[in-house]
Amino acid sequence: MSEHHIAVTINGRLHQATVEGRQVLGDFLRVTAGLTGLHLGCEHGVCGACTIIVDGKAVRACLMLAAQADGTSITTVEGLAAPDGTLHPVQQALRDAHGLQCGFCTPGIVMTLAALMQAPAPATEETLLAAMSGHICRCTGYQGIRRAIRALTARPPGEPA
Amino acid sequence: MNAPIGAGRFIGQRLPRTEDARLLTGRGLFTDDVVLAGMLHVAFVRSPIARGRIVSIDAIAAGGLPGVHAILTASDLAVLRIDMLNFFLAVPDIAIGPLASGRVAYVGDPVAMVIAADRYLAEDAAGLVAVEYAEEIPTVTISDAKRTGADPVHAGTESNEAAAMGDPEDDAIEAVLAAAPHLVSASFTHQRISQSPMEARGVVAARRGGELTVYISCQSPQLVARYLAQAFGLPPANIRVIAKDVGGSFGLKSIPWREEVAVIAAGMLLGCPLKWTEDRLENLTASNHAREQELTLRVGFDAEGRMLACHADYGINNGAYPHGADANIAVMMFLWAAYKMPQFSFLARGWYTNTPGLGAYRGPWAIETQVREVLLDMAARQIGIDPIELRRRNLITKADQPCTTPLGIVLEDITPAECLDKLLEAVDVAAFRAEQAAARAQGRHLGLGVAAYIEPTAGSTGIAVLATDVAQIRIEPTGRVTAILSTHSQGHGTQTTMAQVIAETLGVGFDAVSVFEDDSSRGGFGAGASGSRQAVAGGGAAIRASAILVDKVTRIAAHLLNANPAYVRIEDGMVHVAGVAEMTRSLREIAEIAYGEPDRLPPGMEPGLEAQYRYRPPPITFTSAAHACIVEVDTETGFVSIKRWVCAEDCGVMINPAVVEGQIAGGLAQAIGAVLLEDMAYDANGNPTTATYKDYLLPAISDVPDFEYIHASTRSKAEGGFRGVGEGGAIIGPPTLINAIADALSPFGARCLDTPLTPSRILDLIAGRTSAKRHEAAGPAAEKATMPPPPAPPAAPPSPAKAAVDGLWKMVLATPMGPQEMTGRFETDGETLRGRLDSAQGAQDFQGKVSGTHLKWEMKVTKPVSITLKYDIQIDGDKLTGKVKMGFFGTAKVTGVRA
Ligand code: FES
Ligand code: FES
Repeated sequence: MSEHHIAVTINGRLHQATVEGRQVLGDFLRVTAGLTGLHLGCEHGVCGACTIIVDGKAVRACLMLAAQADGTSITTVEGLAAPDGTLHPVQQALRDAHGLQCGFCTPGIVMTLAALMQAPAPATEETLLAAMSGHICRCTGYQGIRRAIRALTARPPGEPA
Repeated sequence: MNAPIGAGRFIGQRLPRTEDARLLTGRGLFTDDVVLAGMLHVAFVRSPIARGRIVSIDAIAAGGLPGVHAILTASDLAVLRIDMLNFFLAVPDIAIGPLASGRVAYVGDPVAMVIAADRYLAEDAAGLVAVEYAEEIPTVTISDAKRTGADPVHAGTESNEAAAMGDPEDDAIEAVLAAAPHLVSASFTHQRISQSPMEARGVVAARRGGELTVYISCQSPQLVARYLAQAFGLPPANIRVIAKDVGGSFGLKSIPWREEVAVIAAGMLLGCPLKWTEDRLENLTASNHAREQELTLRVGFDAEGRMLACHADYGINNGAYPHGADANIAVMMFLWAAYKMPQFSFLARGWYTNTPGLGAYRGPWAIETQVREVLLDMAARQIGIDPIELRRRNLITKADQPCTTPLGIVLEDITPAECLDKLLEAVDVAAFRAEQAAARAQGRHLGLGVAAYIEPTAGSTGIAVLATDVAQIRIEPTGRVTAILSTHSQGHGTQTTMAQVIAETLGVGFDAVSVFEDDSSRGGFGAGASGSRQAVAGGGAAIRASAILVDKVTRIAAHLLNANPAYVRIEDGMVHVAGVAEMTRSLREIAEIAYGEPDRLPPGMEPGLEAQYRYRPPPITFTSAAHACIVEVDTETGFVSIKRWVCAEDCGVMINPAVVEGQIAGGLAQAIGAVLLEDMAYDANGNPTTATYKDYLLPAISDVPDFEYIHASTRSKAEGGFRGVGEGGAIIGPPTLINAIADALSPFGARCLDTPLTPSRILDLIAGRTSAKRHEAAGPAAEKATMPPPPAPPAAPPSPAKAAVDGLWKMVLATPMGPQEMTGRFETDGETLRGRLDSAQGAQDFQGKVSGTHLKWEMKVTKPVSITLKYDIQIDGDKLTGKVKMGFFGTAKVTGVRA
C-alpha cells in the first residue's frame, strides 16, 4: 500500500502526517486530526454532511483522498466561529431560524453556505437554495434552512454579509 | 396537584435551542466521535443471499492479515448467554441471535464479525472470510409469505404468520355491507421504507473497572441499559449507557439490535473497547425497515354518505427478525377512531419473510390515516358528494364527545372537525376550484387534497415500558438548577423545551437550568423518545418535580423571613415576599441554607433542595389535525410539484412553537418522501436494489414546500396541557398529498392505490395502465382465495392425556397492547377442565372442556373493557399453542411452555 507524506493547513494550523494512499480525507480529518465536527452520512457523495472548505471551495470530504489534500488549506466547521466564540453569520442565521434538529447534517450545510457567502461575491438566495439541494436533512423538512438562507441574503445593500 | 404555569415567560416562546450552540460549531458528541484507549474496530461479514444454510466459514486467510485481532461467529458468542429481546423487552417467539447461526435469513444477515486495528483493515479482512452457503428459495413479499406449502422462513414454525388479530369475516357486517346503498372498496399497497436517520447506528462498548460502558446511538439510554441488563443477565448497576448527541432515529434505534448486541458481546469476550459504526450500505440494506404493508378496505355508506360499516384486511411484512412480531393492531385501533363508524371488523396479520426485520418508523400505524383519507375521497367521487362535506358528515365533533370508539378508546377532547374548519378559513376552496378549472382549460392539472386525523400520543397504558417518565431536579447550593430527565433527544430539542418548562414552573431564568438526559447512570428509567411522548410525559414529570421544589422553597423562605407562605413568590431566581422588597432573597441564599445550615430550616424538614417525580400521563392524549395541499402534476413527465401546504394542528399548549413546527415539518418531509420518492425495493431473489442514496431517494430542499401552520391549542388533560406532536406530520402528510395528486388526475379517472407515486407510476395512471404490482393485489375475492385454510380440527385424542395437560404452564398472550405473561394451572377430570390464570392484572378461575390435549374454555373479564375471552389451546409435549377470541378485539395468539 502506498504511503504519502502530507502537509495540510487545517483551521489555520499546519498538520503533517503520513497517510495511506487509500485513506479518505473525511476519515483523516475525523480520526487522525480529531475534527469530529465533520460527519460522514453516506460516504458516497450524496448527503453533503461531510462538506468542508478546501482552498476556498466547498468540497465533499468523502470524495477526496487525504493524499490529495497535500498543500491545501482546509476549513472545517470547528474553524468557522470567531476565536471569542462569536458564531459565523451562517451559524447564527441557522440558529435563529431553528435550522437544525439532530445537527448531524448541519456542519455540511454550514460549510456549503459559508463557502458560497464568502466575500467579495456572496451568493443569491437562488444560488444558495440550489446548492442546498445537494444536502440531505432527514429531520427538519428544510424549513429553517430556507428561512436562514432568506435571512442571509435579505441584508440591505451595503451591509457586510 | 396543580403546578403553577406562569404567564408563559418561557412556555410558548420560540426560544433558540440550547443544543444548537454545540451542534453548529462541530462540538457535539455523536457515538462515532468517541475514542477510547486501545479501541479496536468491527466490520461484519454479511450474507449475500436471502435464504440458505451456512455450509462452512473459512476465516484463515482473513485472520492472517496484519492488524486483525479476532474473527468471531455465532458459536464464539454462544459462550455468553444472550437473550435478544423485542421492543416490549420480552423474549421473541422465534430464535434470534446476534449473529447468524447455521442459517441466513436475509441479504445482509451478519454471519461473522472481524475485529481489527482500524475499520479499513477490518473491512479488508471481512472481504477475505470465505463462507459457503447452500442457497434456498427465499420468501420475499407478503404474497410469497402467504403461500401455503412453502417452507416457513423460521424452522419450527408452521407458517409464515408472525402475528394475527381479528376475523376474516363477520356475518353481521357482511350483511350491512351487502345491503349498503354505496359500497366503496379498494386495496392499497405501501412500499418498504428505510428510516434513514442521517447518523446510522453505532456503538462503542468497553467493559472496564467492573462496569460495562456503552456509547450507543439510541432513543433512550435508560431503555438500552435495561435491555442489556436483561439480555446479558447482568445487574443493571454495572451497566452505563451514554448517548449524548444522536443524529436522528425515527423509530429505528428504539432498541439495540443484532449488530450492537454482537459488538457489546465481543467486547466482553475480548476484554477491550470495540467500535462499530454502521455505514450507509449497511444501514440501507441490513438495518430493520418499516411500512411494507397492504390494506383492503370495504366501507358501506348510506344514501347521504354516512358510514354504516367497514371490514379491513391488513398485512404487514415483518421481515425475518422484527423488533417485535407484529400484526400492527394500532392500525385497526385508530383507522376509524376520529369518525363515526357504527360497525367495524378486521383481519390483521404480520408475515415473516427473508428480508430485514420490521422496525418502527414515525407513526408505525400511519397507513390507517393514509388509506382512510384516500378512500374517503374515492367514496366522495363514487357517491357524488364533496369530499369535505363527506368528512363533515362523519367526523366526530366536540358535540359527540365523550364517546367510545368501536375498539374501546374513550374520546373526550379530539378536535379534527374543528381543525378542518380552521383549515378552510385559510384555504379558499371555491377560489381554488375556479383556478383549477381555468388551468385545466389550458391543459394544466392542479389538485387539492385535504385530510383529517387524530394521533394517539404519550400512551401510558398497555405497553409497560412507556407508562411513566421521571424528572429529578435539584436547586444546587449555587442557585443553579440541574434537571435529570428520562427524556432523550435525537433532534427533538428536549434540553431546550424541558428547561423552558422547568424555568417557567420554578420561576428561574432559562439559562439557570441545565438538563441532562444522556447517561443511564444519572437518572431513572424512561423510554425516551417513543410514541410522541416527551412533551406530555417528560414535561408533566418536570412540572410536578419543579412544583415540589417551589413548595419547599416557599416554606423555607416563609420560615426564615417569618412571612405568610401565601405571599412568597419566586421570580427570575429571586424569592420575594409580596409588598416587602427588603425581604427579597436570592434563590442561592435560600439554597445555601437548605444544604448547609439545616438548623435554620423549619423543624423536621429534610435538608437540601432535591425533588423527584415520576409522572404517568393520562392513558392516551390525542392530537388532532387537518391538512390541505395543492399540487400541479405535469402530465407529460409525471412530475408532481407542491404549490402550497397548510396545516391546522391542535397539539395543546405548545412549549416552544418553533420546535412544534419543526416536528410537523420533519414529518411532512418524510411523508413527501414516502409518497413521491422513497422505495426500499427487493428483487424476486431478495436482493436489495436500492443500496445507496443514489437509488433510495430522500426528499431534498427542492421537494419540500414552505409549510403554513395554524395552531388550535386546546389544553389536554395532561399536566401542563401539552399534547404530543412527534409523529403527526408523517401520518397525515401522505393522504393529504395523495388526495391532491388524485384530484389533479381526476380527469383521467386515476385511483392512487400504490406508493410511491413516482413519475413513471403517475404516467401509468394517466395512461390507464396497471402496474405490475397491481396484478398481484386483486380484490377481496382473491384475498379470500389466498388465505391459509383454518387450522385443522385436532385429531381424536389418544386418551388418557391427563399427564400431558395437568400442571403449571407459563403462557404469553399476544394482545393488541403487547405480550402479556400469565401462569396457567390446568386440571382435567374426564372431559372437564378446571383451571386458573394468573397475570399482572389478577387471577381468575375458569372451567371448560378438554378433549385429549385440546382445551377450550371461556372467561369473562371486565378490564380494560367488559368482554368474554374464548380460549382454544392445543398442547403438544411441553409446548402449548392456540388462540383466544377477544370479542371486538379479534383473535390473539397464545403460546406457552410447561413451567
Ligand atoms: S458523507 Fe460525503 S456526501 Fe455523504
Ligand atoms: S438536523 Fe438531523 S439530519 Fe438535518
